Amino acid sequence: MNNFLLLPIIIPFFFGMILMFGQKNISYQRVTSLVGLLISIVCAFLLLLNVYENGPQVVTFGDWPVPFGITMVADSISSLLVLTTLTLAFFIVWYGFKSIGKEREQFFYYPGVMFIITGVNGAFTTGDIFNLFVFFEVLLMSSYLLIVLGGEKAQLRESIKYILVNVLSSAFFVITVAFLYSVVGTLNMADISIKIAELNQPGILTVIAVLFLLVFGMKAAIFPLYFWLPSAYAAPPIPVLALFGALLTKVGVYAIMRTYTLFFTHDLAYTHELLLILSVITILAGCIGALAHFDVKQIIIYNIVIAVGVILFGVAQMNEVALEGAMFYLIHDMIIKAALFMLIGIVIYVTGTTNLRKMGGLMKTYPALGWFYIIAAFGLAGVPPLSGFVGKLLIVQGGFEAGNLWSSVFILASSIAVLLSVIRIFIYAFWGEQGTISPNVNPSTYKGLFIPTMLLVFISVAYGVGTEWITPFMDHAAKMLIDPSIYTDAVMKGGE
Amino acid sequence: MKTNDVILQFTAKIVFFIIFFYAVHIFFAGHYTPGGGFVGGLVTSSAIVLLIIAFDLKTVKSILPINYLYLVAVGLLLALGTAAFSMFVGEPFFTHFFDYFNLPILGKTSLHTAALFDLGVYLVVVGVTMTIIQTIGDDE
Amino acid sequence: MEIVMAFVCGFLFMAAMYLILSRSLLRIIIGTGLLSHGAHLLILTMGSFGGSAPPVLADGVTDYVDPLPQALILTAIVISFGVTAFFLVLAYRAYHELKTDDMTLMKGSEHDE
Repeated sequence: MNNFLLLPIIIPFFFGMILMFGQKNISYQRVTSLVGLLISIVCAFLLLLNVYENGPQVVTFGDWPVPFGITMVADSISSLLVLTTLTLAFFIVWYGFKSIGKEREQFFYYPGVMFIITGVNGAFTTGDIFNLFVFFEVLLMSSYLLIVLGGEKAQLRESIKYILVNVLSSAFFVITVAFLYSVVGTLNMADISIKIAELNQPGILTVIAVLFLLVFGMKAAIFPLYFWLPSAYAAPPIPVLALFGALLTKVGVYAIMRTYTLFFTHDLAYTHELLLILSVITILAGCIGALAHFDVKQIIIYNIVIAVGVILFGVAQMNEVALEGAMFYLIHDMIIKAALFMLIGIVIYVTGTTNLRKMGGLMKTYPALGWFYIIAAFGLAGVPPLSGFVGKLLIVQGGFEAGNLWSSVFILASSIAVLLSVIRIFIYAFWGEQGTISPNVNPSTYKGLFIPTMLLVFISVAYGVGTEWITPFMDHAAKMLIDPSIYTDAVMKGGE
Repeated sequence: MKTNDVILQFTAKIVFFIIFFYAVHIFFAGHYTPGGGFVGGLVTSSAIVLLIIAFDLKTVKSILPINYLYLVAVGLLLALGTAAFSMFVGEPFFTHFFDYFNLPILGKTSLHTAALFDLGVYLVVVGVTMTIIQTIGDDE
Repeated sequence: MEIVMAFVCGFLFMAAMYLILSRSLLRIIIGTGLLSHGAHLLILTMGSFGGSAPPVLADGVTDYVDPLPQALILTAIVISFGVTAFFLVLAYRAYHELKTDDMTLMKGSEHDE
């Protein structure tokens, strides 16, 4: 029994409520949201240290005995993700001060961000499969608000499709949970894991596993189900896009990672092979999209799809090295995607266009922006010693260990496509002849956008260079993923 | 065109209270039998909608000068506060407390913190429903 | 009983899919409503129909129905209520802004030159 692990969820929720008052007072809104996020970051950091020293923390709502109440579990995986989420939210909110626009700030932008953080952190922390659905809905409801906020025509049009896709996938989620409940008779994730091990994976469980892949894959944007992502994400303004790109798909990835390591581990030849194939095709589809587009937003958005494929490839290997790599890459990708979206947001701000063909010569006018962009781009592609390197290395190593030679080589080759797609932005936008420049660039706005971005790029560099210090946490997380009994023991024991 | 809606307006004034007190009844019935904050909230908002149909949005706004979004926030705070209260006394989140008290008129009554949580739910439901109806209704 | 329910769920899903695949936005929203009804009914069916008494605390009752599916359905109903309401408001706003409720006219991509 330890309520402390709930604080990173409750504090943003609480601040979201107080932010619903005083909508017109922008400075109140800004200061309160930053303060709320800072307090949550401190709590999440303390939680991470606590989990690292004392093992997974468990609390069951309402003092119920364990398999019956709703359990919240903070292990090293979820506490790492929660800390990353809050840190990114802090920088994105800061970045938004100069770019989100006064109308949105006065109409529930900050409460929306706070509620989305509540949902994301809750989804990372929960130990109950139906509660996962509830937190998914919390984050989806706030994402509906954020995606439509401002009410531009493109936003309205795209948000209808976005909501429809997510309503369908939520209905599938409910249906899948119903099937799972009828087979195992419990909703507690640790208990499900134990019951499934006793049942020894009959055919129906494989069906449920694939249904879960469908549900979470729709959120995570894996191959046949990513169709909604590029147009929906292109509609909202940059800070919202950064928030969505960094966090929302990753919640789906986390859910696949969790269910496929905790529950469905008995028919690897079918479920994980399917995941492997899908992840490879996802990478391929993402690469094609990233190389084909001349719209900077679309290029980075397709890079989300590629990264999802790489992480799930790591999960599909089901060995400790690859899972550690997947954890490394997951957190790397959250940080670097937020940084990249913020950077191209600045590029769009100074040029006034999203079309690469119209840009050019920014290196002369904004050299610092160019350097930071190239650092982030190399980080994304995984050039050592930047942050993407270790994750990809471990994933590929795990792939070789599992005997998937060709697909691992394919992952390596995809890095080149990733590098090419982001360097193309660099070549077109920063080199060459002077392209269009927005006539009303305000230096103080530029500075306000650039400082949080710069700090976030520094964090991503530190994540890559400081791998040495992060490895123990990742080891811990990988052990957790490969051996479900640590998780189930902690949950079953924690309720007594 | 002004329609003749004297009967509707007259009945609405009375029926509003009947529906509202029925909602209160349902709310408290939820203590041990079917009912509760969600249904009570929906019934209450249907009473307010009846008023809006009988009169119009402006009149109803002057009768009930409530910012429904604040109602949502207050409801959420109440619900979270009830759930989080147990954290401060060292129990797991969401633990409820109840006991029997001898109240002046009602006699022996069980008081339960879950009722406070339900009140929060009630306020949220009324707030959300009315916000949505006002958003659409404002355009006419 | 389960067989009947399975057919009812299937029929609801079928009707929902038919409506969702139509062009009009309003029909699509009604379709999502039917879809969630089908899903809720499915939870009820999956929880099996054993037990005779309601799962309310009373003396001497041992044969009561499984309360968990009902709790899940209640949660899911509240959520789908919220989502449907939001979707309706959004559809109304979109109809005003875009002057159409026909999904085939809402294809995007005017940004690609």
